[in-house]
Parts: sequence; structure tokens; C-alpha cells
Amino acid sequence: MAVTETRNTAAGDEGGMGYLQSVPRRVVTIYLPLLVFVVVLLFPFYWMAITAVKPNNEMTNFNDFSPFWVVQPTLEHIDYLLFQTSYPGWLLNTVIISVAATFLSLLAAVFAAYAIERLRFSGSRQVGLAIFLAYLVPPSILFIPLSVMVFNLGLYDTPFALILTYPTFLVPFCTWLLMGYFRSIPFELEECALIDGASRWQILTKIVLPLSVPGLISAGIFAFTLSWNEFIYALTFIQSSENKTVPVGVLTELVRSDVYEWGALMAGALIGSLPVVILYSFFVEHYVSSMTGAVKE
Amino acid sequence: MASVTTAAPPQSATRSRLTESKGFLSAWFMLPAAVLLLVFLTYPLGLGVWLGFTDTRVGRPGIFIGLENYEYLWDDAIFWLSVFNTLLYTVSASILKFVLGLWLALLLNENLPLKSFFRAIVLLPWVVPTVLSAIAFWWIYDSQFSIISWALMELGLIDHRINFLGDPTNARASVIAANVWRGIPFVAITLLAGLQTIPQSLYEAATLDGASRWQLFRYVTLPLLTPIIAITMTFSVLFTFTDFQLIYVLTRGGPVNATHLMATLSFQRGISGGQLGEGAAIAVAMIPFLLAAILFSYFGLQRRKWQQGGGD
Repeated sequence: MAVTETRNTAAGDEGGMGYLQSVPRRVVTIYLPLLVFVVVLLFPFYWMAITAVKPNNEMTNFNDFSPFWVVQPTLEHIDYLLFQTSYPGWLLNTVIISVAATFLSLLAAVFAAYAIERLRFSGSRQVGLAIFLAYLVPPSILFIPLSVMVFNLGLYDTPFALILTYPTFLVPFCTWLLMGYFRSIPFELEECALIDGASRWQILTKIVLPLSVPGLISAGIFAFTLSWNEFIYALTFIQSSENKTVPVGVLTELVRSDVYEWGALMAGALIGSLPVVILYSFFVEHYVSSMTGAVKE
Repeated sequence: MASVTTAAPPQSATRSRLTESKGFLSAWFMLPAAVLLLVFLTYPLGLGVWLGFTDTRVGRPGIFIGLENYEYLWDDAIFWLSVFNTLLYTVSASILKFVLGLWLALLLNENLPLKSFFRAIVLLPWVVPTVLSAIAFWWIYDSQFSIISWALMELGLIDHRINFLGDPTNARASVIAANVWRGIPFVAITLLAGLQTIPQSLYEAATLDGASRWQLFRYVTLPLLTPIIAITMTFSVLFTFTDFQLIYVLTRGGPVNATHLMATLSFQRGISGGQLGEGAAIAVAMIPFLLAAILFSYFGLQRRKWQQGGGD
């Protein structure tokens, strides 16, 4: 990157440095690359959406129809998906499992984070570190022993197999995140409450929790998304079609031996993504703060 | 805390000591998380190591066979190919994610109109379930109707369709590209958060001293961003190394095992093939690599605390 003469003459802050660069230069160095990034990052979603409403004859005929557009949108793929497959059932399963796993994990995480961060029992630092390390244990090395356990406990092919195993990655994450939030609440508030005769339970429910609502929302949204997106446990522990979650169901039930129903597949992928995208669009700031918070702490 | 205990009436002193005692209360508060994690995380971790030393199959408990699984894997060319693939996949995808993610973070850190809108849009690939976006990539990489092949042919850049997932080299490049696509937002958004913590006054001072744009980046941005880069990339490397979903959707390890990662091989041998012991052994073989990444992360955290002037 060459130095422009004007750069050395004026001291602007980085944020307002725009005026130091000519407009064409800004277009080439900032807007153009940004445009390319956005187009590449969003194209698969566009492609997903356009395929989901494209009739089969347009989908395979690139000569007469431009592949980037759809001439006669159709709802046949979505209709097929919703009324001739178990897709609505998978959606319901995914919702139930994600909500239950998130709730269970949040409950465990709130108490654990409060104990580690505020009760400061002896060894709380080591426990905090252990929780962080637990977050780094990937499902890819746990799914085989877990499948043995799930089978022996009689949970195989039930939603409980997933509700009880998802907390293995949700509890460490939520605890770590909530520890950061609890740390930001001034000790003085708790001390005042203690002097006024509040019990630890009252302090937690009446002071700490109401103040950490943003943290709880962040952790909840994130945990819900992680459960919704989980794949390897759901693939391993669930066998019957009616108990599957959306990611597993779409991949294993909609793909038949040789005929790829691309329209239905894309519709399934699109509808399966919508709940998390909608949730995300309402809580972007919480989402970003939980993502960066977990890394920054 | 002590004031409450002493102020309590005598008859409820025992009860109050129990509910207010730090150790007792902590134990109760830690209980749910501890039970969940010990039963479903720590125990399976140990069980996995044990299974690696047995010949357990699906539906049949195994017996201890010592290092036999590992001896078998040591002579197994496919296992070594999967190790090579995993390292290739992790290293190349992580480098690309880092470079492109940092670039995107720097672009988003500029004074842009609709900044938060762009930030929200950019994170989408990371929010959407990997399996579902991988299915979209599967369609994009279709051997007959690939939109990339079509577009490149229309532009006259190539004269026949690209066989994205059927050819070993292409398949490796394709899965790496899909992984990078999904990983860029995470790197970009976390690094952007780091960029926003760098004080503007440092840039002003450097600019007054005549620093060029490259020097601003090299001597101000990069050193201050190093701690968060270390953490972000450790996470990124960890998730890439243990990746399973993308490969399972796009290639299932094919063609001729060219894209088999250790995780997918472990699934194929352990669950599809029913050789739980051998699958567990492959999973255990991933642990040394993960430990290296975690140690790296740990020292990254230490360094950050030291840089912030924290005591320990």
C-alpha cells in the first residue's frame, strides 16, 4: 500500500480517516473487496432460496433459462417437503430438543458461574479453568463412547439421548460466558444486600440475575443455535425417521439412492435455517457479544 | 457474610450456617453442572480411551487387547492418509480463514455507512446450520449442474465442466473452500471486536510520526491484536481439526479416501462399520494434536493477562 502525500500532513483518527483518502481509492481498497466478500458469503443462501422455488425443468436447463433467476416460481418442492415427508416432525423434534437442552444448560450454568465467580470457594479458579478446558473437548472424540453409554442407559433413539448430551458443550460455554457477566456486577450491590439480611439465594434471584438478563439472553440464544446446528450426536444416537432432527433428517431421508430432489433439499435447508436466522436477526448484538465474549474472556 | 450469621437468632443458627456457609452452598450450586459434565463429558472421555484398548463392536462388549488397535492403525495406509488429510485441511483452511478473516475485519473496521448491517450480514454463514449450508455447497459443486462450472464456461474461462467432488485434488480444494466460507465470519467478527479495543490515539500518534498505512498495520494493529489472534485461531484450528459435518455431507471421505479426516474415518470405522474399539482409537489419536492446540491457547491467555498488567 503506497503512502499518499496527504496522509503525512494531517493527523486524523482512524475512524474519520476517510477524508485522507480520495473517493476512488476508497472504492478500490474498501468498497470493492467488501462487495466481493458479501457476495461470496451470501451467494449460497441466494442459491438455496432460488433453487427451492425453481421448477425442475428450469433447474436442469441452463440453455433456455438463466440459472440465476426463476421464470415460473413454484411451491411444489415446499409442498412436497411439508406434506409428503416427515419434515414437520423433524422441525418439532429439533425445537423440543434445542429448548430443553438450552434450558437445562442455562440452569446448570447460572449456578455454576455464580459459585465460581462470586462465592469464590477454595479451588474456584481451578474449576473455572476446568470448565474452559471442557469447552475445548470436541464432540468428534466423544461420540463413540457416548453412543455406548446412551445405548447402555436405554436412551438410544430417544430425544433424551440428545437433551442430556448437548449440555456437554453447552454448559461449559454458558458458564464461561455468564462468569464474564457476573464479574461485571459490582460487589457492592451484593454487600449491601447481605447487610440488609438477604440470603445468597435472594441475592442471586433478586439482584444478580435481573442484572445479567443480557448475558442470559446471549447465552440462551447461542446455546439454542448450537443445539439446533448439532449434527454428529444426532446422527449417531437417533435411528428412526420420526425422531430425527432437521439437519440429520434432511441429509439422510431426503437424499435417495440416485435421484437427487434438489428442490426439496434446498427447501429443507432453507426452512431449517430460518428459525436460527430469525432469532439471530432479532438479537444480533447479543449474538455478537456472546461470540466475542467467549473468546475475549 | 459473617455479619448475617452472627445476627441470626440462635435457634436457626445451624440452618443459617448451612445455607450461608460458603463451602456448602458452593457444593450445591456446582452440583448440576458438575453432574452433567462428569457423567457426559469426563466419564466418556475416559471410556473412549479404554474402548481404544478393546475390541468392542456394536452390540458386543469387548475385551482388553492392549495396543492391538493402535498397532493395526500404525500399519494402515488409510489411517495415515486421514492424518495427512486432516493436517492439510486444518493448515490450509486456517491460514486462508486467518488472512481473509483479518482482511474482512479490517474492512469492517473502516468508517462505513450501514456498518452494523454489514456486520450482521457477514455473520450469517456462521449462524446457519453447517449441514444445511453444506448441502447448498453440494448443489453448487454438482458435477452436472454446478453453477460455478456454468458461469466459468459462459465466461469462456474453461471448456469443460469441473468435476468438483469426483477428483481427489479438486475434492480437497472444494471442501477446504466450503470450510473457509463458513469460518471467515467467526474470525472476522472476533478480530473486529479486538480491533475496536485499540485506542485511536495510538493511530494518531503514529500518523503524526509519519507512519505509512502499512506501518500503522504492522507496528500498531498487529502487535495489539496478537493476543486475540492467538485465541481466535486456536479455536478455529480446534474446530477445523475435529471437523466432521462438512466432509460427511460433501464427500463422505471420498473419492478414494482423499478427503477422509480423522473424525470421519473414526465415524466410518466405529459407527458405520461397527468396530467401536478401532473408531475410539482413531478418536484418541486426535487428542495429542488437540492438547497442543489447548496449550497454545493457554499460553495465549497468559500472555494477554501479562500484557494487560494483570497480576497472574
